[in-house]
Amino acid sequence: MTRSNWEVVIGLETHAQLKTNSKIFSGASIAFGAEPNVQACPVDLALPGTLPVLNQEAVNHAIRFGLAIGSKIAPISVFARKNYFYPDLPKGYQISQFELPVVVGGRIAIEVDGVKKEIQLTRAHLEEDAGKSLHDDFVGLHGEKSSGIDLNRAGTPLLEIVTDPVMRSAAEAVAYAKELHSLVMWIGICDGNMQEGSFRCDANVSVRPIGQQEFGTRCEIKNLNSFKFLEEAIQYEVQRQIELIEDGGVVKQETRLYDPDRQETRSMRSKEDAQDYRYFPDPDLLPLHITQDMIATIQASMPALPSILRNTWQTEYGLSDYDASLLTQSKSTADYFVELLTLIKEDLVKPAVNLMSGDLASALNRDGIEAAQSPLRPSHLAQILLRIQDGTISNKIAKDIFATLWERGTSGALADQGVVDALIEEKGLKQISDVGAIEKIIDQVLLDNPKSVEEYRSGKEKAFNSLVGQIMKASKGKANPSQVNQVLKEKLSN
Amino acid sequence: MSWHEKSLTELSSALSAKEISSVELTQFFLGRIAKFKGLNAYLDVQEEFSLRDALVADQKIARGEAGPLTGIPVAHKDVFVTKDWKSTAASKMLESYLSPYDARVVELLGGSGAGMVCLGKTNMDEFAMGSSNENSAYGPALNPWNTNYVSGGSSGGSAVAVAAGLTPIATGTDTGGSIRQPAAFCGITGIKPTYGSVSRYGMIAYASSLDQAGPMGKSAKDCALILNAISGHDPRDSTSLRKDAIDYQALLGKPWSNGSLPLQGLRIGVPEEYFAQGLQEEVREAVQAALKKFEELGATCISVSLPKTKLSIPVYYVLAPAEASSNLSRYDGVRYGYRAKEYKDLNQMYERSRSEGFGAEVKRRILIGSYVLSQGYYDAYYLQAQKIRRIIAEDFQTAFTQCDVLMGPVAPQVAWKVGEKSKDPVEMYLEDIYTLSPNLAGLPAMSIPCGMSQQGLPIGLQVIGNYFSEAKMLQVADQFQQNSSWHLLAPSSAGAQI
Repeated sequence: MTRSNWEVVIGLETHAQLKTNSKIFSGASIAFGAEPNVQACPVDLALPGTLPVLNQEAVNHAIRFGLAIGSKIAPISVFARKNYFYPDLPKGYQISQFELPVVVGGRIAIEVDGVKKEIQLTRAHLEEDAGKSLHDDFVGLHGEKSSGIDLNRAGTPLLEIVTDPVMRSAAEAVAYAKELHSLVMWIGICDGNMQEGSFRCDANVSVRPIGQQEFGTRCEIKNLNSFKFLEEAIQYEVQRQIELIEDGGVVKQETRLYDPDRQETRSMRSKEDAQDYRYFPDPDLLPLHITQDMIATIQASMPALPSILRNTWQTEYGLSDYDASLLTQSKSTADYFVELLTLIKEDLVKPAVNLMSGDLASALNRDGIEAAQSPLRPSHLAQILLRIQDGTISNKIAKDIFATLWERGTSGALADQGVVDALIEEKGLKQISDVGAIEKIIDQVLLDNPKSVEEYRSGKEKAFNSLVGQIMKASKGKANPSQVNQVLKEKLSN
Repeated sequence: MSWHEKSLTELSSALSAKEISSVELTQFFLGRIAKFKGLNAYLDVQEEFSLRDALVADQKIARGEAGPLTGIPVAHKDVFVTKDWKSTAASKMLESYLSPYDARVVELLGGSGAGMVCLGKTNMDEFAMGSSNENSAYGPALNPWNTNYVSGGSSGGSAVAVAAGLTPIATGTDTGGSIRQPAAFCGITGIKPTYGSVSRYGMIAYASSLDQAGPMGKSAKDCALILNAISGHDPRDSTSLRKDAIDYQALLGKPWSNGSLPLQGLRIGVPEEYFAQGLQEEVREAVQAALKKFEELGATCISVSLPKTKLSIPVYYVLAPAEASSNLSRYDGVRYGYRAKEYKDLNQMYERSRSEGFGAEVKRRILIGSYVLSQGYYDAYYLQAQKIRRIIAEDFQTAFTQCDVLMGPVAPQVAWKVGEKSKDPVEMYLEDIYTLSPNLAGLPAMSIPCGMSQQGLPIGLQVIGNYFSEAKMLQVADQFQQNSSWHLLAPSSAGAQI
């Protein structure tokens, strides 16, 4: 058999670190990058007598997520203890949700090579993160190099988001992960920082002969913290399983780790070594009750979702698929566009989109910032667009103005009103639309370029463009291009 | 009357009348603690910290800022964590453990709260697991009525300290009888309030859904005073009740109704299962005599049934160990507490630290708990036990449709000899038969002295009330104590050989 005879089955479990001020069961900070163990309070250290208290903001984030993907929000969910020993797990158990999770079901739409598909979610549940074992860069109490435990991360709120085994290729898995990634950032529940581990995936992968109903034996690849690794790991794993079966072997259910350097997955522990976690409801925490009122309050504060915005913009302003997707790539960009829309008339929407997808997008990209941090606010873009429309400046001058304002705005906030007009004035960039002045420039250019005039008259159209170029250059780019065209044509036909 | 025989109200009056200072009173009790060290009631005493707190209390009294408990000494069961005294839970695992914070109960009674003076930490069964205090890693607290006998457990040290006059009052915790049974064995009064009344923050957990703190003192009145100070909502304990404060003293001294007798109209339910086979004759007689006394005071006794009483033992010994096995996982030798001296690898460090750090009974319960939570056994044991737990709670509600309070013995027997039952854990578990079900139902329950055995060992009467009926229970108990003298007997007057 060859690869084309096999069907790939993938389910993803994603841990999204929730954006809260404090940990899920204690008041300690969850900011990234602090010195080891300075953000661990008695509850996080599991000192005798300490008790967990649920952070309501984490619950609200879970509700937000459920609402965004059309899930059922469980009216009662239960925190359970997952018991196992590990040095970075201070209590000897992780507080998680087992039988009754807070979010049930839901769907996320993806598109791969133009084919649309809905990924069905199984559940999403709240849990706490463990600490970290440090082996290379930890310094002991007496300054010695040592292995150590950093409990800053212990108790960080996580939402574990689980799909049904419905993805059929690495590309689908990556598309889903990217869509989920942008969604959790969009609704403000996760910062999405994959390098810092705020968003990481476990992939359950199996293969079966096409047409077979039952699933093959799956392997779980843990802790994939980039889309690239996710894709590579799945591809390697699929290939490994197919080759193994085709060579007469059997896939063993196990947990595997992906080694990005060697681009391969390696066995971490087999099912036989799997621990019995002895789950039971945590007696320190009451069942979590979520009322319809709580859900309604959160629903009212939810931002419009990207899919809704795309539809609206496409029907109302006739934006292309491409433009609509570009503008909804991040919530920051969409918010920026929404604000800009309030400042301009409908006939400027298209030019506005072009300005955003052109100059603004490349400047943001170059400086590595979000639209929300752009030194040029929507009000500045609106001013530029207006001055192009009323003929004060050309598109080319607009680019210069954008660049100058970007530079100035980066070193100090720009005033909101009149900045663009002031700059036009200051640099004398106002477009020359006075016919007399334009004629004067054209006359001089025609006088200086008799050869081009001759060529044009003998039928070479190209010569016309060259003359326009000379005229624009002579006017330092300020001549109104359409007037230049018109007057030049008149003069040459005389 | 010596200072150690006085009630909290009498001590408070003496302090405000400047008959004695808090420092002097503290010194007096520290002196008795030293003198009766052989009882092994205390695990940690730090005179300088006690005297420091007493001095602060005296200044408050001098400034006229004293409350009803300011300057009165108190002893805390070693299950409550404290900043100034070691917090060991009577385990080798926490032999030298000092907490960076005070338990909520300690805070509420101490300098920042009621202004009481802590005398030290009292002995107990390791991690509150036991009924005789013999499971302490530091040796048992001995019964002051006869030191050959056990004090009861797990709050044995607190019971001994109160009974022997080594503190005016003490705190305890009760998971399956740990306040009531030692109170009964030592002849004092103790109450476990409704689950959730007192914050568990800073209480070293044994079985979280059953653990509840309460006072152990010389009378219902003294207990009411302390209960007022320690109960109330604590945002750091999610199981603590959000409820308006109850005044536990409100009904003290008041008649039950406006009849001619003080308890006229009180309906006492007497569960037939509490007088079944296995109840020692002397205990039965003493309890029945007490019930008779209540009838003389105007109460009516009604026979009721709590049919699942027998099942409370297996149910408790599934659920409590299950929670304990998880609660005690944090003692792994990694961050604090005992760590084995030698180990090859991580697993061996865990194994040796926990094998050497925990005592036999704790290990037994961790094993039972791990077993009943295991895959394949969870449904048959843990879930089944939870179901019966709910039925037990319903049985109580049925009984309370017929009566105001329930009464019966605290334990089937009086205190036994040290070592007598320590070889057979199941025999010891059976001793908890009357005390377990109120914990499983979350109900308040108390123990008051109601008699003496022929050998001169105290007998306790158990009063079980419905949720939040502590004020009524204390009212009933106080009426009994106003009209009897069992609670006034003290080991010294009974000629104990300390």
